[in-house]
Amino acid sequence: MTRSRTPGRSANSPFGGKGALFAAIVVAMVAIPVAADVPAPKIPKGKGDKCVEPTPFMRRNHMELILHKRDETVHQGIRSTKYSLKECLNCHAVNDEQGQPVAFTDPRHFCTVCHSYASVSIDCFECHNSKPEPKAAATP
Amino acid sequence: MSKELTPTDSYRRRFLGGIGALAAAAFGSGVIVNVARARSPDEAVTGNQRWGMLIDTGKCADGCDECVKACNDENGVTGHGRPETDAQWIRTVTLREKATGRTTKLPMMCQHCEYPPCVDVCPTGASFRRDDGIVLVDKHLCIGCRYCMMACPYKARSFIHEVIMDQKHNAPRGKGTVESCTLCVHRIDKGETTTACQDACTKAGHNAILFGDLKDPNSEISKRLANEPSTQVRGDLGLNLGVRYQGI
Amino acid sequence: MKTIAYREIEGTSAGYYVLLGVLVVLIAIGGLSALYMEHEGHHVTGMTNQIVWGMPHVFAVFLIIAASGALNVASVGSVFGKTPYKPLAPLSGLLAVCLLMGGLIVLVLDLGRPDRLIVAMTSYNFKSIFAWNIFLYTGFLGITVVYLWFMMERRMNEYSSKAGLVAFVWRLILTTGTGSIFGFLVARSMYDSAVLAPMFIIMSLAFGMAIYLLVLFSAYHGTGRALGDATVRRLKNLLGVFIAAILLIVLIFHLTKLYGTQYHGVERFILLDGGIYTFLFWGVQIGLGCIVPLVLLYAPATASSRGAISLASVLVVLGGLAAMYVIIIGGQAYPIEMFPGWEVQSSFADGVVHEYAPSMYEIALGVGGTALALAMVTVGIKVLRFLPLSLADADVE
Repeated sequence: MTRSRTPGRSANSPFGGKGALFAAIVVAMVAIPVAADVPAPKIPKGKGDKCVEPTPFMRRNHMELILHKRDETVHQGIRSTKYSLKECLNCHAVNDEQGQPVAFTDPRHFCTVCHSYASVSIDCFECHNSKPEPKAAATP
Repeated sequence: MSKELTPTDSYRRRFLGGIGALAAAAFGSGVIVNVARARSPDEAVTGNQRWGMLIDTGKCADGCDECVKACNDENGVTGHGRPETDAQWIRTVTLREKATGRTTKLPMMCQHCEYPPCVDVCPTGASFRRDDGIVLVDKHLCIGCRYCMMACPYKARSFIHEVIMDQKHNAPRGKGTVESCTLCVHRIDKGETTTACQDACTKAGHNAILFGDLKDPNSEISKRLANEPSTQVRGDLGLNLGVRYQGI
Repeated sequence: MKTIAYREIEGTSAGYYVLLGVLVVLIAIGGLSALYMEHEGHHVTGMTNQIVWGMPHVFAVFLIIAASGALNVASVGSVFGKTPYKPLAPLSGLLAVCLLMGGLIVLVLDLGRPDRLIVAMTSYNFKSIFAWNIFLYTGFLGITVVYLWFMMERRMNEYSSKAGLVAFVWRLILTTGTGSIFGFLVARSMYDSAVLAPMFIIMSLAFGMAIYLLVLFSAYHGTGRALGDATVRRLKNLLGVFIAAILLIVLIFHLTKLYGTQYHGVERFILLDGGIYTFLFWGVQIGLGCIVPLVLLYAPATASSRGAISLASVLVVLGGLAAMYVIIIGGQAYPIEMFPGWEVQSSFADGVVHEYAPSMYEIALGVGGTALALAMVTVGIKVLRFLPLSLADADVE
């Protein structure tokens, strides 16, 4: 690597200075995520004993379940609660100091905790409310 | 075989007879059988129903906008104080006949066409007509091109021009997509038989709005449509609307 | 005919870099405007629930139809076998591709959810003219790129006229599709007319030719390459014919509308008392955009002046933008006739002419898309051999 620090094209290195830059970028891309030791997120516990499916399954596949349910609900009027986004929010709501559920803009929100760690944006809450439905108005 | 009937045989006979009667009822008036039993939450909607409305403009009272307020409340249609860009799912329209000077008033909203122009033009299929006749926007597919708004003859649709927070749980809405009256689809799916606007109109004592199943010959709306005159707005377009009006 | 030598332009002059710099600045402003509109939502634009398509669509539709028109010079050469046009063909193809991309990017960046563009590529409603257009536009890009390759790669030259024929047919269908976006809208009295499709085709011929002439003049003037009078005369005569054709089709369009009583309201609005729309129609679209250019192109005093031809081309472009404004904005500004025979009034602007004041962000987005198209041409002719070294009359004929 020291050799290619020579400015301009060197006879020994076909890429010269550009090669060094490229190598540096590649090294940086590989090294940074390893070096930056971000702690794994502490996932808030939901209500009840267990989720609708085993936790490892939910971690990998929750988006598929919600997506499937979403199309059924919107197009066919199927409003069963298993796999529904509303039910996710009902069980997994995180409360703030005042005991009120937090919105997805709060870093403590169940969805936000993991999604910001994984750097995946959540499109759901562009339209859906991210808090559980207040009990009085809640529907079966 | 031609001997006395055993108890089992007579049971069979009654059972088969029952099935026959049931089948006759089903063929004779298939819709009734369907309506009699509420749809369970995990059952898909079918074309056995077609939801619609009958609006008696003669009963729509001057200065009243209870239906608009109820709709906004039910669906969380909140404004930002900018009438040009704020959404309106339902509005009251005042009419004055040019030739005679007669005035009347009516609520205008998505007419839930059988052949909706918005569904025809939507490039992604986000605009769609549910099997039970409700025209909806699947906001998951809507890219916000607004071609449906160009195509709708009733100006029924609004584009969401800014960020929205704290939506009603039953009516998700978000910036950059198009929306319109859902005929209170969340109520229908729960088995309820009225819309928010009808409830408000009834509560205000006007009874101008009647919601119901156009395919059920015994529903109040079907009976009235069969016996009283009604019109479709821009009926010349041949869209076969779900919302009908009286008195215009 | 001699062999035509195509060469990249040098592209090292101060003028070249100034041009490119200006275009890049315009692109940046357009990009930032799009970002701002996307972040804030469309309430910062002049568009409303009544005027749902605004300035971005004026620019985008103009650029898209101009793109198909720009390909016309190539078609005259390959499809109609006019040899003198063949040296002009590569630039024609390049311009077509660049203008289309410029227009499409404006259209996409104006979407409510441009981040969901992928949905438009994966979920189709084949009854939608928009959905057809997605295929027509991408197909046009693909076909034109292949056509360019066949023209510029000696081994493929023998197939280039066939590719040209495909491109010609495709561009006619494409502009038909663009016109039909409006033509099939039964709800609005200004649209709902099959004449819009041929009208867009004829307009595309003139707009594309005007832009082609301006780019050709700039490139040959800027590089000091020879551009013969005969070539210029052919192109300006074509432009003149196309302008005359616009006048004819616009007349037919309004006559068909005027014949039926139900459209008298909207015709009165556009032709007589529509304020800005009436002014833009008569003053800019017809007067400045058609009549004045025709005079400039054919009056003996100016017919052979390149300055006058350039001015005529600029006016055709202006007239084209005005035409789009009248059709797209004017068509929405006129209220939908929901209750024929009744006067209506509501909180949702029923029955009144809708106001529209374009915001600077919308205009910047449209200008940015135009600048992007021109920047791609500017860079394109520097890196590839689109332009003949000489278009002097002796070298072309």
